[in-house]
Parts: sequence; C-alpha cells; structure tokens
Amino acid sequence: MADRIERVEGRACVLRGDDIDTDRIIPARYLRCVTFDGLGEHAFEDDREQAKGDHPFDAERFDGAAVLVVGRNFGCGSSREHAPQALLRRGYRAFVGGSFAEIFFGNCTALGLPCVTLQPDDLATLMDSVEADPEQMVVVDLSQSTVRHRAGSLPASIPEGARDQLREGTWNATAVLLAAGDAIERCAGSLPYVSGFQR
Amino acid sequence: MAGRSLLDKVWDAHSVRELPGGQTQLFIGLHLIHEVTSPQAFAMLREMGLPVRFPERTVATVDHIIPTHDQKRPLADALAEQMMAALEKNTEQAGIRFYGTSSGKQGIVHVIGPELGLTQPGMTIACGDSHTSTHGAFGAVAFGIGTSQVRDVLATQCLTLARPRVRRIDVTGKLAAGVFAKDVILAIIRRLGVKGGVGYAYEYAGPVLEAMSMEERLTVCNMSIEGGARCGYANPDDTTFEYLRGREFVPAGDSWGRAVAWWRQQASDADARYDDRVELPGAEIAPSVTWGINPGQNIGVDEKLPRIADAADADRASLEEAYGYMGLEPGQSIAGTPIDVAFIGSCTNGRISDLREAARVARSGRVAPGVRTLVVPGSQAVARQAEQEGLPEVFRAAGFDWREAGCSMCLAMNPDKLVGREICASSSNRNFKGRQGSPTGRTLLMSPAMVAAAAIRGEVTDVRELL
Repeated sequence: MADRIERVEGRACVLRGDDIDTDRIIPARYLRCVTFDGLGEHAFEDDREQAKGDHPFDAERFDGAAVLVVGRNFGCGSSREHAPQALLRRGYRAFVGGSFAEIFFGNCTALGLPCVTLQPDDLATLMDSVEADPEQMVVVDLSQSTVRHRAGSLPASIPEGARDQLREGTWNATAVLLAAGDAIERCAGSLPYVSGFQR
Repeated sequence: MAGRSLLDKVWDAHSVRELPGGQTQLFIGLHLIHEVTSPQAFAMLREMGLPVRFPERTVATVDHIIPTHDQKRPLADALAEQMMAALEKNTEQAGIRFYGTSSGKQGIVHVIGPELGLTQPGMTIACGDSHTSTHGAFGAVAFGIGTSQVRDVLATQCLTLARPRVRRIDVTGKLAAGVFAKDVILAIIRRLGVKGGVGYAYEYAGPVLEAMSMEERLTVCNMSIEGGARCGYANPDDTTFEYLRGREFVPAGDSWGRAVAWWRQQASDADARYDDRVELPGAEIAPSVTWGINPGQNIGVDEKLPRIADAADADRASLEEAYGYMGLEPGQSIAGTPIDVAFIGSCTNGRISDLREAARVARSGRVAPGVRTLVVPGSQAVARQAEQEGLPEVFRAAGFDWREAGCSMCLAMNPDKLVGREICASSSNRNFKGRQGSPTGRTLLMSPAMVAAAAIRGEVTDVRELL
C-alpha cells in the first residue's frame, strides 16, 4: 500500500500559459536514459534558457515550492512519464491548474501527485495571490476538495476515481490490479482473439 | 434501448471488474513497447519481484533512438546503445517478441503493429507512446500510457481507467483533389481545439472516412491525441478486413471467418448513443499548414495568418506566444514562407501511400538549393515496398535524402535534428517549441505531398499547383 494522500501543503510557484506540452517540460534529448535519475535539473531547460533567467523555475522567490500552479491543458502531447518524474524530482508534490491533459494526469496519479482544477476566476485569483506573496502556504486538500491560500478557500475538482486512489493509497495500481486474481485470466479467456479465433 | 458504440462494446468485453470511484480494471489485448518508455518499467517489475504475466501479449521494437543513416552496432550514441541493449535484454529475459533492426520487421511501433496484423478490430491496445491512438483506425480502443502504467500492464495485463465519453465526428461529402487525410485531421483539430477532446474518445465516421484506405484512417486516428482525445477510432468495415487478410498475425482458414464475424459485431450500432456529435463538410477542407506552436494553430494554405484581435480573449496570449516564437506576422500569407528543411516520415505519414504521394510531387522537379531533406520510411517493410516500386530512385533523382526506418526528426531523439532557428516543413504530428531537436527550431506540419512541394519550391506551396 502506498501513502494515503489527503492534502499537500507548501509554498507554490506560478507558471502561466496554456497548452504547455511535455516536450517543454522535459526535452526529448533527456529521454535518452534507462532510469529517471537526474531529470529534475533539466525541467523546462529550453524555456528557461530562452527566458534568460526570467522563468519562474529560476526565480528565487519560488525556491522550494511544492505546489505548481499552471494554466489550461498542462502536460499535453507526449506520454512521457519523464515529465512528472522531472517535476517530482524538483520537489513538486501537487499541481493546480485550469485543466490537465489526460495522459499527464494519469501519470501524475500513478506517482501520487494530485492534479486538481479550479474555475477560471479562482485560478486567476490564486495565481495573483501567490505571485504577490510567494511565502504563503497553499494547501491542496483532497478530503475537502479545496485549494486554500491566505485569502481564502477555493473549490477544486478532481475526478472521483483518482481522488479515491490518492486518498486510499491505491495510486500505485499494481497491487489493486493483481488482487483481481484469476478474473484476469477469465476475462482473457472470454475474448475470442486471445485464442486466435480457434473456436 | 439505444444501441452501443464500439467504445462501449470493447470496454465492456475487456472489463475485468469495476473499481471504486467509477473506474474499470481493463484487460489490455495488445501491449506494444519500445526502448524509451519501457526500461524503467522492467526495473520496477524486478524491484517488486513480479514476472511478466502475459509475455505473448506484448510485442517490442526499437524506433525512437534508432539512427536512420548508420545503424551499425554498437550505436555511435552511447546512451542510445544502452537503451537498445536494455530492451534486448529485458525482452529476452521475459520471453517477449522483439523486432530489432536485423529482423526485417523493425519500424515505428505504430507502423509495424498494423502491417504485421497485430492490430485488430475490437482489441484494447496500450503502448507507452501517445500516438497509440493510431491503432484505432482498425476499430480498436487504443491509447497511450506512461511508464508506471507500462509496469502495470507487464505485471497484470490490465490498467485502471475511467471510461471516456464518445464524440462522433462525421466528415461529410467528398474531399477535393490535393486534400489528404492529414488535412482532415488538422481541420478537425482546428475546429475542436487542442483540448477539445480531453475526456473523450473520438469516433471518426461519415462518407469521407468510409471512403478512406486503412493508411489514411491511420493518419487521422494518429493525431487524435493532438486534439486532446487520448483515443480515436474508425468503425471496422470491409476495407479493414481486406487490409488484414493474409497478414502474419491474422487468423487464417476457418478462424478467418469467425474473426470477421466477431470484428463486424464490434462496430457501433446504427442507433448508438453518443455524448456529443460534430459534423464537418469534407469539401470545405483545404491543404492545411500549421503556423504556430500547437497543431490546432493551422490554416488552409490559401489563407492568411489569423489576427490576434479576432481571437477569443482567453486565446490571445497563446497566439502572441506563437507569433513570437515562429517569427511570423498576423495577416501574412502562409504560402511563400521559406523553409530550410523538409521531413517526410513519422507514425503519422511514413507509410507506403504517403511515400507514393510525396514521390508523385518529387517527380515534378528538384529540391530547391539550400533545402535539406529527409525521407524516412516508417518501417523496414515500407522501405522494401518502396524499393520494389523504385521510389528511392525517384526521391534521389529529385535531390531528396533517402534514409532507413525510424521515428527520426519527428522528435529528434536520434541524430536527425534541426539546427538553430531552422524552419522545417514536416509530415509529422507536433509543432511544439523545440520538438525537432533544436530548442529554437520551428515546425510547419502538413501532408507529405505538401512537404515535397515545399522542398521543391523552397517555400510553403499549395501542392495543387504541382499536381
């Protein structure tokens, strides 16, 4: 059983912009590896290079943040788990955004990293609040389905299945899937293509 | 009672059990793996002391890191060699079928699955690659997964998933001459947006889809994920079955008849219920080109680049970012944009019909001075077929560089990369910032015929002028 995740609490970092794809989060040249070690230092490497130091990941005021606040469709594109693995290795434990791409969301859930969404106005409020006061604590609360910051509590959404997995510590799904036992072989046996349509 | 969609039928047939929170434990009929997203999964499995549960239901090949110029072992890139060696060792230990470069069957995983007949209607298919949606062309429910989920499939042949909603997209009427499957999917993504498909499976249908060959349907389904839909499919029909007949992993003899009967039953019922429906007139689709930094930012080749003031408020920042990166101006024509590189290949457009269309255009001229080109067949089988048809000679005579099979400059994990701010006319699937190997490189997505036309003129060109 993995850890039960009821809430993630910490300082936050704001990364504005929609449709940030996983090639930007971790460029493909860093996928030439057989482990996920060392990916953290290369997160957003090309964006940071082009921003010449003016990127949130290089801003001292966001150092040590555990919550990443993002726009819409964050993590779109490639299925590379290297993207959330890189962000995890930089210390991020939760994501708050306008929306998340599906494969990225699934990868995060499998790593015990909640991705919750806010309504557009609430997201704008949170982004402004954190940028104005990056020292404040932000709490991503799965039991209450809220994101709390200094100025108040915002209603947050996360699909029920992922929320249950995180709260019950079943986000590392292997054990749950194995628990089905012979039902897996029974399902396989009921599919005619598994036996090559021999009957 | 309303009928059921293919998605519902396949989902129900593969449901091992319902899990709390509305999720399903879904049996995966075919698992495809490659060198990039599998080594960590095998390592996790070893750490947990678990065997591969159904080794015969996983098939491996090497595609992302493979050089297209010199494939001699050991590979010049030590990291690539390490990944290749890891895949060879992992598949051998687990008893998983592996198609390496000496097999004659190696290629991009989404090209070899269909051509070997591994991909079949009514299956669930998963692979650690977002373009797994490609296989939906056969009426399979196919989607990309991450490495932890690759581990889960290796260990249990199952995944924990929520059932998607289904949006049916009917492309009506007929396509005009010079308009290809690539233009159809670009038009769909332009209309519905790059996040419009999140939470949905796309069912592609209508007269245009029905008239398409399997290879054209593969191109359409391939880019479902670029519209946000993790999975996209076409219903299986006689075109599907004719393509499959006689392929290596397709049942033969008495089994063939039983297979076709079962495959036919998996198609959506005429009265199936959909969560959403969209119609797109095929005649309105033009040869299309992306101008920005996501595949939704595309226009017809005869159109002018959109003005920022015309965009919805929420989209303006994205447009400004795209123009800033691409160095293009609103209101400008996309036709006439000079290119530095032309890339023909990828899981989107690296099949034999794509190479034939590009070669048809290549016959009309020579590559413009200063344009670097790459023609990369999607698989060794595609390369052999092209050789039989004399296509490499056609390309070489026109000044194109003919290469060996792999993913190549679609994502530039091998030595094929853009340099600096080069602009590439590309038949691939993603125009993200830095996607083609240079952090500042620029990509214009289009059909293979349009890429060939751009190579010959040295600038973005309406291919209809050359056909």
